[in-house]
Amino acid sequence: MIPALAADGLLAAGILALALGCVATRRAFASAALFIAYGLLLALAWARLDAPDVALTEASIGAGLSGVLLLGGVRRLEGLAEPSPDAETGPLLTILIGIGCAALTVAIGAAVLLLPDPTPSLAPQVAANLATTDLGNPVTAVLMSFRALDTLLESAVVLLAVVCVWALTPEGGWGGVAGLRQPVVRDGPLALLARVLPPLGIVIAIHILWVGADAPGGKFQAAAVLAAMWLMPWMAGLAPAPRIDARWLRLVLAAGPALFILIGLGGALAEGAFLAYPPGWAKPLILAIEIVLTASIAVALALLVMGPPEPPR
Amino acid sequence: MSLLADGVTILCVLAGLVFFAAGTVGLLRFPDTASRLHALTKADHLGLGLVVLGLLPQMDSLAGILRLLAFWALVLLASAATGPMIARLLRRQGGIT
Repeated sequence: MIPALAADGLLAAGILALALGCVATRRAFASAALFIAYGLLLALAWARLDAPDVALTEASIGAGLSGVLLLGGVRRLEGLAEPSPDAETGPLLTILIGIGCAALTVAIGAAVLLLPDPTPSLAPQVAANLATTDLGNPVTAVLMSFRALDTLLESAVVLLAVVCVWALTPEGGWGGVAGLRQPVVRDGPLALLARVLPPLGIVIAIHILWVGADAPGGKFQAAAVLAAMWLMPWMAGLAPAPRIDARWLRLVLAAGPALFILIGLGGALAEGAFLAYPPGWAKPLILAIEIVLTASIAVALALLVMGPPEPPR
Repeated sequence: MSLLADGVTILCVLAGLVFFAAGTVGLLRFPDTASRLHALTKADHLGLGLVVLGLLPQMDSLAGILRLLAFWALVLLASAATGPMIARLLRRQGGIT
């Protein structure tokens, strides 16, 4: 009891310290590095709270992929001129900002303290209806059946993010190869990892996707691993980035959300509700959506890291 | 039998923790980046190796044992690769001669 409490206390203190350091540090690279460490500790905290699904997602997307995105952003910022220092904030503005932050803290604290006891929960309903989906993992049942609309919108947001990144393409670069050109690395540790890891990583990603039906895992975690397995050879210059006007690329990107919407519409026709699965068909339909969506999200995540095409020099 | 297994676990995990503690002290106290990298990778390789070794008797299935060994192998590969990567970057910037 006491050792567990001490470990959780250390974990919480570490998360707070890293969050503070991440915000307070003045160097962009240090801030990104602290954010990755913060995400990893947060994943540990989720694991301690018996939420392995959230822990896996936090580690793969929150720490891993977001971390790579931030580091890429830091690298791009290095080429830019230092921003001019902002004008000094006056004492009145400082006081107002302080009051605003304090009010927000009090409001969040009050909201947490005023939660009814016992906390309202839909877990019993989920457990009671789990059998209708033929799935063993209640988290997957919530994500793919009971609250499938949220997951559909989530996958659409990832697609939208890719569109936004592509919209930042500089003049003359449209339709070109995504991202900065990576120099070819023929030997050394990066080339070794880029060759050795993808076969292992692809198998692990398929495993994470497949066990998601009955155990912690699923498409977002699998897609993050798959994206990393594409990004590694890309960073070593061994696998070229795709042209963003390639037809196969657009098809793969859109296939997941499109299939999700089509199956949802099919449910509306057959069962009278959008995203309702006909009895007995829930598991095969969910599996089909998960597999196609994994491919779409993996490609989208990799393209987010690669960034917009550069104009030819 | 279970007493023996528990004993092995406690001994190995404690030994692993010693390496992690030593690695952390090295990271904080060593004067230059190359020595710090050395301390860090030793903690990863040996510390985690001993922790994994200690946890093996607690696994009740072959799949669990194989998974633990796979974790260790992957971390070994990752830290064996990132250490030299940071060192090469440093050499290019003139930090290590």
